[in-house]
Amino acid sequence: MDMELEAYLRPPEYPMPPYPAKVITLATGAKMVVRQAEREEVPELLEGVRPTLSVERDYYDIVGARLYAELLGWYRYRVRDEFCLVGQIDGFLVGIVNSRLYSPKLGISYHTLAIERGLRIGAHLFAAKMEHHIEFLGQDEVLITAESPIGFRRWMIEYGLEKRDGQHELGGATPYALTRELYFKAKDRLVAGERPVPPDVLEKATRSLKVASEEEILEKILGVRERPV
Amino acid sequence: MPFERHEYKSLMDLLAVASLRAMDDAGLGDRPVDAVYVGNMASGLFNHQVSVASALVDRLSLMPATAERIENGPASGGSAIKNGFLAVAAGFADVVLVAGGEKMRGVSGPRSTDIVSAMAQPDVEYIYGVTLPALAGMFARLYMDKFRITPEHLAMVTIKNHNNGALNPYAHIQMIVTLEGILTHPQAKFNNPVVADPLRLYDCCPVSDGAAAVILTTEEIARQLKKPLVKIAGIGQATDTHALQERSDPTDLKAVSCAAERAFAMAGLTPKDVDVAELHDAFTILEIAESEHCGFFEKGEGARALAAGETQITGSLPINPSGGLKARGHPVGATGVAQVVELVWQLRGEAGKRQVKDPEVGFAVNFGGFGNNVVATVVRREG
Repeated sequence: MDMELEAYLRPPEYPMPPYPAKVITLATGAKMVVRQAEREEVPELLEGVRPTLSVERDYYDIVGARLYAELLGWYRYRVRDEFCLVGQIDGFLVGIVNSRLYSPKLGISYHTLAIERGLRIGAHLFAAKMEHHIEFLGQDEVLITAESPIGFRRWMIEYGLEKRDGQHELGGATPYALTRELYFKAKDRLVAGERPVPPDVLEKATRSLKVASEEEILEKILGVRERPV
Repeated sequence: MPFERHEYKSLMDLLAVASLRAMDDAGLGDRPVDAVYVGNMASGLFNHQVSVASALVDRLSLMPATAERIENGPASGGSAIKNGFLAVAAGFADVVLVAGGEKMRGVSGPRSTDIVSAMAQPDVEYIYGVTLPALAGMFARLYMDKFRITPEHLAMVTIKNHNNGALNPYAHIQMIVTLEGILTHPQAKFNNPVVADPLRLYDCCPVSDGAAAVILTTEEIARQLKKPLVKIAGIGQATDTHALQERSDPTDLKAVSCAAERAFAMAGLTPKDVDVAELHDAFTILEIAESEHCGFFEKGEGARALAAGETQITGSLPINPSGGLKARGHPVGATGVAQVVELVWQLRGEAGKRQVKDPEVGFAVNFGGFGNNVVATVVRREG
């Protein structure tokens, strides 16, 4: 690698405080750890995203493809000020969210991918992402867009987001904004989690990021378990 | 057909597949179907299609069979079974296909709630914003206060039915939940938000797409088909006031009690004879209330029986081994037929992992409107 050229190709980095991990008890009783992913974990994350590229249902293919590119861009130092949070149950990856900082006060929400469905994992991780933007990174506003009707319902409608002019970085539909005011109005209702995470639970999550097999991931997303033919 | 979100299948696809499977299961071969009844509540609103029974006959090439769509709100399926039963009993038809189906997920959640709310009384309920969850919430508050039913009891219904649904490959929801996850943990409110107090998300059945079908015929023909015989031993139906507020006691589900009594009377049986029941738990409180109003438990004792495990698959009176509406799902027009399908499987010993031990008599309640038009069915294994 030509480090001299690489210095021109890499974006400058804004110092970001880390996201303090938390644990959420889900409807099944399972404990989901929500923590910030390290850049070095991207190869494992990409293994979790890859199976979604062939799933048309609920726009998993578009979200998966774009998330894959964003994570790869972050890994290879080509996206500016991106962060990624993951959800893990018993060490297994169950969801990924990512975002980046456009400026110290304005965030751009990228994607939300739930591998385990039916437990509001996507909703919980999205809320954690907004928590990081507003409470720990100290931002005033986050621009958000949606590619699927599920996302539109969970974010634009549930949070009562405000429309904005212009375009979101992901292009497409009208961008919406979560302001500090809207976040704190929704926090009691939508932002779950307890801190600190019990040490043994956190250690299990951080020791290794486990990714289920492609077959298991597709089964979780599509619900094909024991379906009669 | 499994109950779930069927994104790529139309209502007619669902009805057709379920019907073909029923005809295959019956072993009809070349024997013609004389009549078709289709239970469906609101295809005109959900799917912009009406006359679905006529459409089904064409789809399955069953012409010149007679055909009617039967609409009785959420009891459309039960009423379709009743009409099929009457056709055979009256000698009008020898072989009857009864199907029930609904495709609800093609519209948004609020739109779906609004369509279902059309069954409420338009002048004194719907106009003031009443929805079915709202009616159920008000009923639940009254019933819980009167009979000292707790949120834990409601959660027990959810947990039991989700456990059962996890054993049912046809169930919409195959996910086991815990008391901690949906009620007792401080974080449970995020998983289980209030929908219509005191009812929460997990107290309400999902919105589902799906279809179910049965073949009804004479005993003579049934014996020729060489399948284990399951007989409709009794059917009862009863009505009550349209508006919940006009009932002398809103907690008294008179139509449920009356329909059950009539069904048992026709069958020459009593609640004590029932070995397995499918009740209409669109909301968890209704399973408890119906178990009392059908005569299985004294008023105020349903929750105690639930807590004691009597309504588990291994209990003295298994209720909703399919997962009920809560977990199996509730495509509105399909439910009443699906309840009977489940009972048939149970009585034949074909219910797989959720099989109740050697049942002989099954019972179903299909709850139309908010208890203003109820159909009860007793089925019995023969021979």
